[in-house]
Amino acid sequence: MKRFIGFVRKEFFHIFRDKRSMFILFGMPIVQILLFGFAITNEINNVEIAILDNSKDNETRKIIQKINASPYFNIETEVLSEKHIETVLKKGKVKAILVFESNFAEKLEIKKLANVQIITDATDPNTANTISNYVQSILQNHQQLLNKNARIPYQISVQTQLQYNPELKGVFNFVPGVMTVILMLVSAMMTSISITREKELGTMEILLVSPLKPFQVIIGKVFPYIFLSIINALVILVLGFLVFEMPIEGSYLLLAFETILFIVTALSLGILISTISQTQQTAMMISLMGLMLPVILLSEFIFPISSMPLPLQYISNIIPAKWFIVILKGIMLKGVGLQFLWKETLILLGMTVFFIVLSVKKYKIRLE
Amino acid sequence: MKTEKIISVQNLTKMFGDFTAVKNISFDVYKGEIFGFLGANGAGKTTAMKMLIGISKPTSGSSTVAGLDVATQTEKVKKSIGYMSQRFSLYDDLTIRENINFFGGIYGLSRDQIRQKSARLIESLGLQKESKKLVKSLPLGWKQKLAFSISLLHEPKIVFLDEPTGGVDPITRRQFWELIYAEADKGTTIFVTTHYMDEAEYCDRVSIMAEGEIEALDSPKKLKKQYNTNSMDGVFLKLARNVE
Amino acid sequence: MRIISYIVQKEFLQIFRNKAMLPIIFVLPLIQLLILSNAATFDVKNIKFSFIDNDRTSTSRGLISKFEASNYFDVLEHFTSKELADQAMEKGAVDVILDIPRHFERDLVKNKKAELAVYTNAIDGAKAGIENVYINQIIREYNQHLSASLSLTDHQVARPINILAIPAFWYNNTLNYKTFMVPGILVLLVTMITLFLSGMNIVREKEIGTLEQINVTPIRKSQFIIGKLFPFWVLGMVLLTVGLVIAKIVFSVPIVGSIGLIYVFTAVYILLILGLGLFISNFTETQQQAMFIAWFLMVIFILMSGLFTPIESMPPWAQKLTLLNPIRYYVEVIRMVMLKGSGFIDVIYQLSVITVFAFVMNGLAVWSYKKTN
Repeated sequence: MKRFIGFVRKEFFHIFRDKRSMFILFGMPIVQILLFGFAITNEINNVEIAILDNSKDNETRKIIQKINASPYFNIETEVLSEKHIETVLKKGKVKAILVFESNFAEKLEIKKLANVQIITDATDPNTANTISNYVQSILQNHQQLLNKNARIPYQISVQTQLQYNPELKGVFNFVPGVMTVILMLVSAMMTSISITREKELGTMEILLVSPLKPFQVIIGKVFPYIFLSIINALVILVLGFLVFEMPIEGSYLLLAFETILFIVTALSLGILISTISQTQQTAMMISLMGLMLPVILLSEFIFPISSMPLPLQYISNIIPAKWFIVILKGIMLKGVGLQFLWKETLILLGMTVFFIVLSVKKYKIRLE
Repeated sequence: MKTEKIISVQNLTKMFGDFTAVKNISFDVYKGEIFGFLGANGAGKTTAMKMLIGISKPTSGSSTVAGLDVATQTEKVKKSIGYMSQRFSLYDDLTIRENINFFGGIYGLSRDQIRQKSARLIESLGLQKESKKLVKSLPLGWKQKLAFSISLLHEPKIVFLDEPTGGVDPITRRQFWELIYAEADKGTTIFVTTHYMDEAEYCDRVSIMAEGEIEALDSPKKLKKQYNTNSMDGVFLKLARNVE
Repeated sequence: MRIISYIVQKEFLQIFRNKAMLPIIFVLPLIQLLILSNAATFDVKNIKFSFIDNDRTSTSRGLISKFEASNYFDVLEHFTSKELADQAMEKGAVDVILDIPRHFERDLVKNKKAELAVYTNAIDGAKAGIENVYINQIIREYNQHLSASLSLTDHQVARPINILAIPAFWYNNTLNYKTFMVPGILVLLVTMITLFLSGMNIVREKEIGTLEQINVTPIRKSQFIIGKLFPFWVLGMVLLTVGLVIAKIVFSVPIVGSIGLIYVFTAVYILLILGLGLFISNFTETQQQAMFIAWFLMVIFILMSGLFTPIESMPPWAQKLTLLNPIRYYVEVIRMVMLKGSGFIDVIYQLSVITVFAFVMNGLAVWSYKKTN
């Protein structure tokens, strides 16, 4: 045991001495949380749109003014003719063009019907759709104003309650996501690399012939990363709370337990990767190329899983990050307890056991 | 008999922060000799050697190698020297032949030259059967012989060997020294660091370093006489006592 | 030139000899392109919808059937009480709860006005916002439907003025999200592979000791670096080619613009990324460190690239920061050229920025690579 503690201490020194890595390890979550909180949203504001006004009458001017006044849009360019629409959109700065037909006001007056074409750059379908919807609602608003006198016969009004996140803060979704991605990658990548590094440099053999048992060697190598990951998780939670008022509704104890469980899952995945790779390069590429995108994309971090095609929804089940995000959101935002999260917890436990058993098996095969 | 200076070192010093790894050393090496650089681990041998081959800048002092100033004509110096480092430094994941091709190529040998030389090299080491095997699969002793031969591909005037025989058995070491002698007979100057005292006996002249300074420099015979002992081990022990 | 060719040859030999790395370099990215492009969608579909019908009239059932008919909603079950529904939402089994009050139909007929309550799980704010739009849309339609069927005889209503908005979605009229994401993910994969491999490359030779052997040879810094970069440059171009083929054949992503332009841009872009990788490599002692830095940069680059979330939505300071992000330009250009058919003139700004970056980065890489220390 004394020997083991000495070994762990050596590993700690080894890691903490590397100032550059330490800086990144703690800089990373801070930068990411701040970026997500302040910079990255799907909301639209100040989108540049252009106008092709074939009518230039009072009515179109009023509408243009209204659109320009909204926080969503910024009208800077005027398109002179239909021919120029294409060139303007190809430049890429302008995301939509509104085309008013000629004699707009007159048509409204006489025929009670006038057309506005909303041409959007739908290379980004999501933004295009949102722009289109916003413009339409501004137009509708204007129309209602014009129709003030006409009575609308039946009306069902809706009272919407946004549960758990009434202000629709994007951060509430991103904090658990960032935490998951960072814990997953730091734990899996760092352990797999540090173990294969010993293999590559030949020092693993020296450790294995030492009186330390193989599992002690592995635990000793992994232990500092558990510690680092816990600190990382704390930094993220504190930052989320202080800067973005991200609440923790549920039990702190449960949160701590689940976080450690997830860290261990990720570490055991890292160990598994290290048993199948011979060089650091391979270990790194597996954990970076293999884990980064799937964890970001299939964990409900950015994209909702329920909207994905069915096969992908099945695949997402094998991503530990997905389950951890469910757990985090449950505890932090909904304040639910283990009675709601036992399934996810069991799945993470199961995955951890699976990774460890597989690693031990692989390891034994190599020794024989 | 050997009088033409091929390496000349004046007041060379290297500091890492506060720590002085090499303290103001000066010496000359003559053409064609086997010059041994002895000392315990950490005595400053490797650091001194790295300054001579132009991969480490001296804090002060100057040196010429093959008549060229190392500080200003570094890249020219590199053409006339060969180097074999302490850490085994061929590519493990390339075959013997591929390693020869690569190093021959980056020294600017022509394709014909490379072909001839690699044939001769492989034959002289008796590696015909292994030439298409990965270097990784060779025993350490063979790897070292191969690395030595490859460092001679471009026919350097001087070859620097940094602890070339670390970690192998005495027989293999003996074989390695036979290669060194053969090369020295061709007129190549050999500059070799080692901490094996028996290897010091093989050198024409040796310098003994301790804590960054040269404590003694002469032929093994004269050193033994001077320190009144019958082996280099004895010389070394007496020197070590003096330092303390 | 000959000396460079020896280094190139050696790097290729090493790449192709490493059996563990080959699939990671070639297969893994392509599988990810195939699979993950399907995952990156902001379409909100299959919304888990449930309701509490306290009214149980034809009007309330009519409303529910509208939700059933919608493609966006999966109508799961109805709950008999709000408590049960809330529990289901806590468990995550339900996204939206529609609560229809008692006397819904009666109020509507009598007062021409009735209220509904909708509860949305808003943890994912963006998703909840879209769900709300859909819900309101259905209810608005139902309103109109009611008006049409119940008020035929109502002559009081004057013919209203109507501004007809005609949306036209250019370049992607079916609003297919894959068309948008596939080129973007391809950009990511090309960047990741080239950055990670070049970032590890020189530091790897440092770690195993062969770099010292190279440094005592008379080889020039620029020769060595060009020789090192070239193989990865080729790898990146090959990856791009295969990716484009997959985009075209599997995802039917249109390639409206000039393929040549994409290649020209990519050629310069990869040089920039490789320069960055080497720069990292020069400043680190171990592969672990190098990878860590590369990863850190990569994550920030991805998030600030406009790939998943639009740059226009960022605050001005963040938009300015993205100007330093190479991925931003590549994502922009590949989408412009592939989807809109933008030409050389349209992308000349991005191309010049990338070219300047590439020169600066490679200059720094050569400068910071020291044969002597």
